[in-house]
Amino acid sequence: MSEAARMSVAQPAPLLSVRNLRTWFHTFGGVVKAVDGVSFDVAPGEILGLVGESGGGKSMVGFSIMGLIDPPGRIEAGEIVFEGEDLARLDEARMRRVRGKRVAMIFQDPMTALNPLYTIGNQLEEMLKLHTDLPSARRRERAIEMLREVGIPQPESRLDNYPHQFSGGMRQRVVIAISMIARPRLLIADEPTTALDVTIQAQLLRLMKHQVTQNAASLILITHDLAAVSQMADRIVVLYCGRIVEKGRAADVIERPRHHYTRGLLDSIPHHDKAQARLRQIPGSVPDIRKLPPGCAFAPRCPAAQDICRRVEPELVETATGQAAACHFPIEATR
Amino acid sequence: MTALAQRFLASELFHNYRRNASAIIGSLIVLFFAGMITIGPWVVAQDPYDVAQLELLDSFKPPVWLEGGSPQYWLGTDGQGRDVLASIVYGSRISLFIGLTAMIGSCLIGTTLGLLAGFYGGRLDSVIMRIADIQLSFPSVLTALFLMSAFGTGVEKVLIALISVGWVVYARTVRGSTLRETQKEYIQAARVSGLPNAKIILRHVLPNVLTPLIVVATIQVGTFVLIEASLSFLGVGVPITKPSLGLLIKNGFDVLFSGLWWISVFPGLFIMLIVFGINLLGDFLRDELNPRLK
Amino acid sequence: MFGYLIKRLIQMIVVLWVVSVLVFVMMSFTGDPTYMMVPLDATEEQIAQARRLLGLDESHLVQYWRFLLNVLQGDFGRSFVFRQPALQLILERLPATLEIVFLAMVIALVVAIPLGVYAGANPGRPLSRAVMAGSLVGISLPGFWVGMVLIFVFAVRFQFFPSSGRGPTTELFGLRVSFTSWEGFRHLILPAITLSIGTLAILMRIIRAEMMEVMKQDYIKFARAKGAAQKGVLFKHGLKNALIPLVTVFGLMLGDLIAFATLTETIFAWPGIGKLLVDSIYRGDRPVIVVYLMFVAFMFVVVNFVVDVLYALIDPRIKIK
Repeated sequence: MSEAARMSVAQPAPLLSVRNLRTWFHTFGGVVKAVDGVSFDVAPGEILGLVGESGGGKSMVGFSIMGLIDPPGRIEAGEIVFEGEDLARLDEARMRRVRGKRVAMIFQDPMTALNPLYTIGNQLEEMLKLHTDLPSARRRERAIEMLREVGIPQPESRLDNYPHQFSGGMRQRVVIAISMIARPRLLIADEPTTALDVTIQAQLLRLMKHQVTQNAASLILITHDLAAVSQMADRIVVLYCGRIVEKGRAADVIERPRHHYTRGLLDSIPHHDKAQARLRQIPGSVPDIRKLPPGCAFAPRCPAAQDICRRVEPELVETATGQAAACHFPIEATR
Repeated sequence: MTALAQRFLASELFHNYRRNASAIIGSLIVLFFAGMITIGPWVVAQDPYDVAQLELLDSFKPPVWLEGGSPQYWLGTDGQGRDVLASIVYGSRISLFIGLTAMIGSCLIGTTLGLLAGFYGGRLDSVIMRIADIQLSFPSVLTALFLMSAFGTGVEKVLIALISVGWVVYARTVRGSTLRETQKEYIQAARVSGLPNAKIILRHVLPNVLTPLIVVATIQVGTFVLIEASLSFLGVGVPITKPSLGLLIKNGFDVLFSGLWWISVFPGLFIMLIVFGINLLGDFLRDELNPRLK
Repeated sequence: MFGYLIKRLIQMIVVLWVVSVLVFVMMSFTGDPTYMMVPLDATEEQIAQARRLLGLDESHLVQYWRFLLNVLQGDFGRSFVFRQPALQLILERLPATLEIVFLAMVIALVVAIPLGVYAGANPGRPLSRAVMAGSLVGISLPGFWVGMVLIFVFAVRFQFFPSSGRGPTTELFGLRVSFTSWEGFRHLILPAITLSIGTLAILMRIIRAEMMEVMKQDYIKFARAKGAAQKGVLFKHGLKNALIPLVTVFGLMLGDLIAFATLTETIFAWPGIGKLLVDSIYRGDRPVIVVYLMFVAFMFVVVNFVVDVLYALIDPRIKIK
């Protein structure tokens, strides 16, 4: 069986298929290639982890799918095929019917994502008003139901509260409720727990996973937290400086990373099962994305970098297991 | 010096300036006025305050493009046969002198008080800031008008009145940035190391709080020109021997109902032009120097 | 809430007291009003007697104490010119001033809010640039000069509107107003437009800046991510957030309008408190100047207090402590 045929049997038609996406920002200091030639698929019901350090362009992938890139940024090239429709080519009016209804997004900071001057009930019902024709009484019922589902106690009375009357974790639950209330097919969560207390991060991730599976929706979890992704995601895409350096099934990427950047990220996670003397860090920092070095962008920080890495940009090469890495000297499975 | 000039030419400020049409128009207007008040008196037809040069026969001549206009007086003449353009040139000198001097005075006094209030805090701080608060709850025109009603007319009295209302904005701005600055470790270190307070203020605090003042100072010149014009229009500003643009408007207002519009309309246009130029420049500087708005 | 009100009340009294001291000190500078009161050919003795009668022979401290006691009883002295209580003069002319101030404010708000919101939400569009340029011209104009030009064009040249004075008035809730009749309204329109120009321009800039700030907030992006139309996002999520800060500038706006009413009323010979102030300054009518200032100070202090309370009521985030 050929490689392509094997893939098509293994995977159903994707819900979302991003092909060669380029989202660039034209600024005073030069062109910022926030997303530069990124391709990946999301299958129905699948949870995809989009991982990388901050400044790696992860959020811009999410905003590109939502069609919410503001000037000076714009989608230069590529396709975002969602349920057979290229979102990158939709006009604003048709895109509005996609946002919220078919693709929803959760932002990083729940403290600022809610409008301080409207009650949360109002903001929940706004989504229903925009995308359904439920009568007012039904909308309210649905909002209460939704708040209960995301674990807000006494939803009937909390409906008339303002955002500032909720804690950060509770607000993010409200944001999740708003995002899921119109039953979208795809949820994009951009660092949904980063701004929150560590103790409630896991709860919220579980809640999100539960919501998505219950609605048979897909989830793109954008995060810098590989540990969180490893517990949640079916597949993982690792981004570095706007490009994909590695992608594959979550278990493969976590257990047998092929790219040295992924390895670096994994080594910086504390393991409770292994006695580590101290956590290793990736040396150096993310380079200025406007002045990327030629060749592999990770080369200056890479322990295995050779001459060729500083000259030739590596291609994303797929192995038999469907795991792909963009590296001239990928790590071979030793474990 | 050339190194400094080169650094300026390569800076983002200059880069943005060259692409900002309104900033360029603003500076051209300001340059035009700078030229007018420096070499203007040698260009215009007469010295409007030298009675020997005035021809009473030439009184109330309309601007040159209207019937009865004379090529000698482009913008017409007033009741004494004074060239309106010449009056405007001399009037602009008085208006801008007052605006600039009052700005410098306000800046010096306000900055000093702001530095002291921010650096020493305590009772000094609360007294200065309470005064500032009370004054801010009154419109500056009203305060200045009230002061002038007590002082009587005179250029130096206008200056005192303008400085009395103008220092507040500097004091508040500087106090705020001084408070922020003194929290920083290098100032704390300088304090601990026993450097005299005066030295700390002058060498470390002052240079770091000046940038926001550039915008305030620029715009204030325009504000002062307008307030001075208002005061003089009400007859409590400059004396009639030193007519600023505002006083020229007042003089022309009396004959406006007879249809002699040019005597008052042109001085007003020039006020608008200079204040507009200053505001254009101020807006550009605000956008550039205030990173929060970027 | 109650504690806050008490604290604010004490603050208000302190401010008014400071103003009374300042007014008194400044007025003592302006020379001896005795000469206003006595005939030109008065003898030294008559002058001295008049001075005693006015209490001006006593120390400044005693004079101030008496001034304060009188003020607390609502007695600001009698106008030298009109020979009637100064406070009464102010109160008689107040409705005329409030009328143009109110109309000017309405004009400013009605024009500035839509234009400012548009310019803030769509920066870079031609209309937005025009709005910005227009507002910059607006704040660069001497307001009294605009009034003059309006008089020249609409009253002298085309005679659409009367050039000065207040038209016929009618009694409404005990106040004499002129907007009720067409003729009265015609007198009102030019002064009100003149007065509104500066405030309109400043408001437009404030609203635009607020709107730009609001449009950058996450909740606007989140609302867009919900699929709200651009216009819906603008009006539902932006406008309310952008307009709340306007409440705080209301006090300043009113202050500016009252201040510039002195000039507008002078140009249009509008019989309000502003013209009364300017006339009194010319005539050295000290009691009227004093009562004007104390009255205006009182008004500002009360308005600012009301504004603060109002702000807390409108914005759910602020709780009065």
